[in-house]
Amino acid sequence: MMQSELVERAVPWAASLGLLLIWEIGCTLFNVPEFVLPKPTVVLAALVQWAGPIWFHASHTLITTVLGFALSVGAGVLIGIAVGSSRLAYRGFYPMLVGFNSIPKVAIVPVLVIWFGIGVVPAVLTAFLMSFFPIAVNVATGLATVEPEMEDVLRSLGAKPRDIIVKVGLPRALPYFFASLKVAITLAFVGSVISESIASNRGIGTMMVQAASDFRIALVFAGLLVTAVMGIAMYAGFAMLELRTTHWATRRMDFDADD
Amino acid sequence: MSPLLQMRGVRLVYGRRRPTLAIERLDLEIEQGRFVAVVGPSGCGKSSLMKLVTGLRRPSAGSIEVAGKEVDGPLKIVGMAFQNPTLLPWRTTLSNIMLPLEIVEPHRHQFRRERARYRQQANALLSLVGLDNFGEKYPWQLSGGMQQRASLCRSLIHEPALLMLDEPFGALDAFTREELWDVLQDLWMRRRFTTILVTHDLREAVYLADTVHVMSSRPGRIIATHDVPLERPRRPRTAYEARFMDIVAGIREQIRGERDEQPPPTLQQDHA
Repeated sequence: MMQSELVERAVPWAASLGLLLIWEIGCTLFNVPEFVLPKPTVVLAALVQWAGPIWFHASHTLITTVLGFALSVGAGVLIGIAVGSSRLAYRGFYPMLVGFNSIPKVAIVPVLVIWFGIGVVPAVLTAFLMSFFPIAVNVATGLATVEPEMEDVLRSLGAKPRDIIVKVGLPRALPYFFASLKVAITLAFVGSVISESIASNRGIGTMMVQAASDFRIALVFAGLLVTAVMGIAMYAGFAMLELRTTHWATRRMDFDADD
Repeated sequence: MSPLLQMRGVRLVYGRRRPTLAIERLDLEIEQGRFVAVVGPSGCGKSSLMKLVTGLRRPSAGSIEVAGKEVDGPLKIVGMAFQNPTLLPWRTTLSNIMLPLEIVEPHRHQFRRERARYRQQANALLSLVGLDNFGEKYPWQLSGGMQQRASLCRSLIHEPALLMLDEPFGALDAFTREELWDVLQDLWMRRRFTTILVTHDLREAVYLADTVHVMSSRPGRIIATHDVPLERPRRPRTAYEARFMDIVAGIREQIRGERDEQPPPTLQQDHA
């Protein structure tokens, strides 16, 4: 038991390290030029050498992303509740939402820049636009799939639509909501980095574009690595939160009954 | 004594584009404290009947009176249980059972204050159905039969005057089902709430009810009424006595006869 648990914990690290190892060996074996694909060790060296600037830009991206993500959680939950609890809102808004989500967000950044200027605002908004859709859809799904019998039980007791949403719909939507947060946070990173690389003077996206035009490919890869790590860290945070708040949906048999 | 439920000439049509006649010319009268079963082929509008009586649906024609008042919206004096126990997985069993008290007036407004008393009531019900010490467990930690017991408790916690059961034991295995017949009968004998049990199991209907109403296939209406003169409590052995089997056989024959007399609706039923 203990041993298999240890293996399970080690596997993600081992797999990542393995990939880096293959990358390193491949680059050496086939003599890949550094400006095409730098070896991981070179990327690591760049990471150390440019630690100051990387932190300067990465922290900015992190804040931008979290702001945009917070907006999309707020808006996504509200839209999800509206669309999931009212047939009329569903019919009215759903096609619009789907259509909007199909638009490549890169195309919107220039428009946002015209409206709000270069800087934080377009990046926050792009992060928001990228990530609110999965949240809205998942919350709506949770609400819309309340068993009709459950609704009958509550309505026959005189429950108002609001009671049903609060007592049944929202708790029921919680696992869907957390699943969507994990998707949404990574999308938010994509959004803010896209916007930064098009129009900003700070952020990891800006840094990577500049580094690429200076042919500092190792620094570009260092930027990619940092973005990936930030994404994984946020994802892991929400996965933990999910496990704590919706234990009933994951149904592990070893949790403490505390409610 | 005036009946608790009185339905006269009730008709229910639903669907606007392709209207379906679910119930027509339905007359039904149920006296306070009686245990009544409604049986019929599936799709005969039994569930529609439930919705009409509880006020979740308005009849297209006719009148429905409960406790002397015309039903014009959801009634708060009913409890409901279905084939699917519909317990909420994020609440403990006890907290699931107390859910109606968080909704229905006047309990809703004194819920916080009276929490301890309500817990006691819920625990008392749990022990009546043989679920002592299961209150703190989550529904998904219980077996199907236990979940259905808990669902029964939830439908009774606010002491409804009328209990509506829609094939509550339909999804259980035969042993558990017959066990729960006794659980329900004991509950009823103790508290004497008026009960309407909708089922397609004739043995279940005869075992539990004072009166069995037979519904026709769509459009549903009451085509026969049988009194069950078996004394209570009825016990598993009762179900193998000749008297019991005669009543069941009589009802079954009548349903079959009814079908033969009216082949067209039966055919339509098969197509639908």
